[in-house]
Amino acid sequence: MAIIEEPLAIGAGDHAPVVERPLGDLTRPQATEGWKSWLTTVDHKKIGIMYGVIAIVFFVIGGFEALLIRIQLATPNGTFLSPDVYNQVFTMHGVTMIFLVAMPLGAAFANYLLPLQIGARDVAFPRMNALSLWIFLFGGIFINTSWMLGGGADGGWFNYAPNAGVVFSPSHGIDFYALGLQITGIASLVSAINLITTVLNMRPKGMNLMRMPVFTWMNLVVQFLLLFAIPVISVALFELTFDRLFDANFFNPEAGADPLLWQHLFWIFGHPEVYILILPSFGIVSEVIPTFSRKPIFGYSFMVASGITIGFMGWGVWAHHMFVSGIGPISVAAFSLATMFIAVPTGVKILNWLGTIWGGRLRFTTAMMFAVGVISMFTIGGLSGVTHSIAPADTQQTDTYYIVAHFHYVVFGGTLLGFFAGFYFWWPKMFGYMLNERTGKWNFWLQIVGFNVTFGPMHILGLQGMSRRIDTYDSGFGFGFWNLVASIGAFIIAFSVLVFVWNIYASRKQWIADGRPNVGPDPWDARSLEWMTASPTPEHNFDEEIEVESLDEFWHRKYGYDENHNVIRIATSEEVAQDGSATDVHLPSPSYYPIVLALGLPIIAYGLIFSLWLCIPGAALLIWGMVGWIFEHPDDPNAAHDHGHDDHHDDEGDGATAELESGDAAEADTTETDEEPANV
Amino acid sequence: MSSATATAEVEADHGHPETNSGISNNKLAMWLFLASDCLLFGALISTFLLYRTNISDNTPFSSAVDDVFDIPFTSLSSFVLLMSSLTMVLALSAVNRDDERSGRIWLLTTAFLGMIFIGGQVYEFTVFATEYDLGYSTNTWTSAFYTLTGFHGVHVSVGILLLLGTVFGTRKSGLGKEKAENVELVGLYWHFVDIVWVIIFTIVYLIPIG
Repeated sequence: MAIIEEPLAIGAGDHAPVVERPLGDLTRPQATEGWKSWLTTVDHKKIGIMYGVIAIVFFVIGGFEALLIRIQLATPNGTFLSPDVYNQVFTMHGVTMIFLVAMPLGAAFANYLLPLQIGARDVAFPRMNALSLWIFLFGGIFINTSWMLGGGADGGWFNYAPNAGVVFSPSHGIDFYALGLQITGIASLVSAINLITTVLNMRPKGMNLMRMPVFTWMNLVVQFLLLFAIPVISVALFELTFDRLFDANFFNPEAGADPLLWQHLFWIFGHPEVYILILPSFGIVSEVIPTFSRKPIFGYSFMVASGITIGFMGWGVWAHHMFVSGIGPISVAAFSLATMFIAVPTGVKILNWLGTIWGGRLRFTTAMMFAVGVISMFTIGGLSGVTHSIAPADTQQTDTYYIVAHFHYVVFGGTLLGFFAGFYFWWPKMFGYMLNERTGKWNFWLQIVGFNVTFGPMHILGLQGMSRRIDTYDSGFGFGFWNLVASIGAFIIAFSVLVFVWNIYASRKQWIADGRPNVGPDPWDARSLEWMTASPTPEHNFDEEIEVESLDEFWHRKYGYDENHNVIRIATSEEVAQDGSATDVHLPSPSYYPIVLALGLPIIAYGLIFSLWLCIPGAALLIWGMVGWIFEHPDDPNAAHDHGHDDHHDDEGDGATAELESGDAAEADTTETDEEPANV
Repeated sequence: MSSATATAEVEADHGHPETNSGISNNKLAMWLFLASDCLLFGALISTFLLYRTNISDNTPFSSAVDDVFDIPFTSLSSFVLLMSSLTMVLALSAVNRDDERSGRIWLLTTAFLGMIFIGGQVYEFTVFATEYDLGYSTNTWTSAFYTLTGFHGVHVSVGILLLLGTVFGTRKSGLGKEKAENVELVGLYWHFVDIVWVIIFTIVYLIPIG
């Protein structure tokens, strides 16, 4: 908290000393509105919203790729896409949906909500937060520019080497994949360090760990998973990059390389990644269901413990992706067992959600329907997942559409539906108006029907023996009917997404046309702290620090007990919530340097692929960003708060630089930042 | 909120920034980063272990691979690196005592010892490449070896930059006791890199391949 909680001591604007600016020292950005303010913001809420918008754009791109796949497969002997293009399209569909949609949507909600839910003003390192966002965005754009520069990656999203080596995939697609994911990985890592520090260090008085909302808990687990999983994929990607660009031999079978190396490294990252995708959604569901059941979450401590358990056990099941790779009977048996066991904590969660719903006074809002959709669809996906733990069965199902069906039920039915629940639930908090419930229900039903029509039949196709990643099939195989059904379903899903986008636009228009004011702080009669401030959330989050006395603090301030121990309302939301009118809150200042620094990375990556000369301007941008960052005071000195020394400000500075580039960047710097900001 | 309460709050946490964990944000972030870095080296070391004995017959040193290493030389440069941890501790201790001059000297000594280590590594790589004809793409062993030790070298180099940055970036503001935590963070990183080298040296150099 220390970083940012400072009042404006005196009116700004008096005697700012004129100092010569060194070359390349960017002026402190001042805009608080307009596009420029978004480029330089360090506000976790704006950053969260940008994560969400960018992810939705990538979602449309990835969805478009899915439609291409389904057009190709709708009829036997499809000729819509060539085999080569088909390979690129399904690979890029998977890469986009996982790394550029599901992960950043999780980051969007985490960024927006974690500080609010624990009652903090911002994250621990606001500029680093901006850095994560821009690195992610540029990495995502970088991967997608491969379409215009010789074709996308074509090795599948898990991109097995040596198949992904230069021999079998001579285009630059996989270079883009490897370097692009390396870049987005840096974003995830920086963000993980930042958010863990925030949750562990910046809670207000009384908010001990077991009073944190389940959403916060699940995201804390996710950030730890990212912290430990990202370096493993980084090493795999480095090795692949070095193989492809500098003739290393990590995956070269002719030099005796082990073809399982990539698989192990990838899945040691890849299985925790599955929980990185699903746990944010579990967190959202755990907020939505209690609110609309009007009951506290059933078995809070079990919900937390099962999330942590999933986090640990997620590291011990990776080889179930490799049952047919020849890893030997003992490994297969061990990983089979571990895979069966990991279903237990997940089952605990599902039962606890049902226990929360049981006997509640239910309100079936759109958010609640999506949450129930998660429970039901994820249960199907979870059950088909358990069938994979039976190795002999898995041997039959591996690389068939049964697998495709399974992971879409988990990632679409679990993760994405959860994010939709989150959209409908937190939209009024983020934007001050409600999404139309009627349109929302259309959105839900179209989505859930389209989803089941698309992916349900894939179970059958898989059991019939249809291989995934094959660009077509013969009419004699008997796959025609269910493929056509699945393709129709895909277009229903696409339509449901259009309904969602329409809802955003139309609801806002209607809201303004009706002349309605911003929605109140607490439209759903919710339970956690983010509802205890105005909507949309004011820039400083909370007018004053909240002292927390229990789990669901906000709810307990609204409700009490009468003499017969019946729950009665003791205060309205408006009475309890802060109105966001405080004006004397000092906030971290915006900065240009995160975006400058981030821009250097994709340029270096282009340089590695096309011409090493390009690395020079890329590195120059990187260094410019770092040096500027180091010498920039985290807070605007002109915002005038000149009381004594600000030693907690270097909190921001050097932690911020600490892991820019695998831990380089100078601590030294910060020492400098506090006493003599070069750009006063 | 009234200005008065705000000021009171600020004063409450002035001086020592209070955090829930009792560890400052910076230090916690550094610990988290180092935890993450463990997995980076873990994966690199795993790769090396996989290819440690995987040397195809057409390489010049096939059976006599252990001869390639100059163990006394590398032991010496390892010793230099380990001693740099000692000087790092002395630097932190000096800064903690508010002895700015000694602090700077010990920091520079640490950076200098790190440079000697890096120089040794550059020399070693050169000898491997020229005398033994071991290029980066010669076989799986060389790829794994250069990548693992190279990543470690990059980490040491970054550490040297941090040390020099600490010394020269504080020329105006001074390197007094209030900077002790900054020095401590550099130290954490530096000790981590040293410990990693102990593991690498043991696995790569000391365990015979043959």
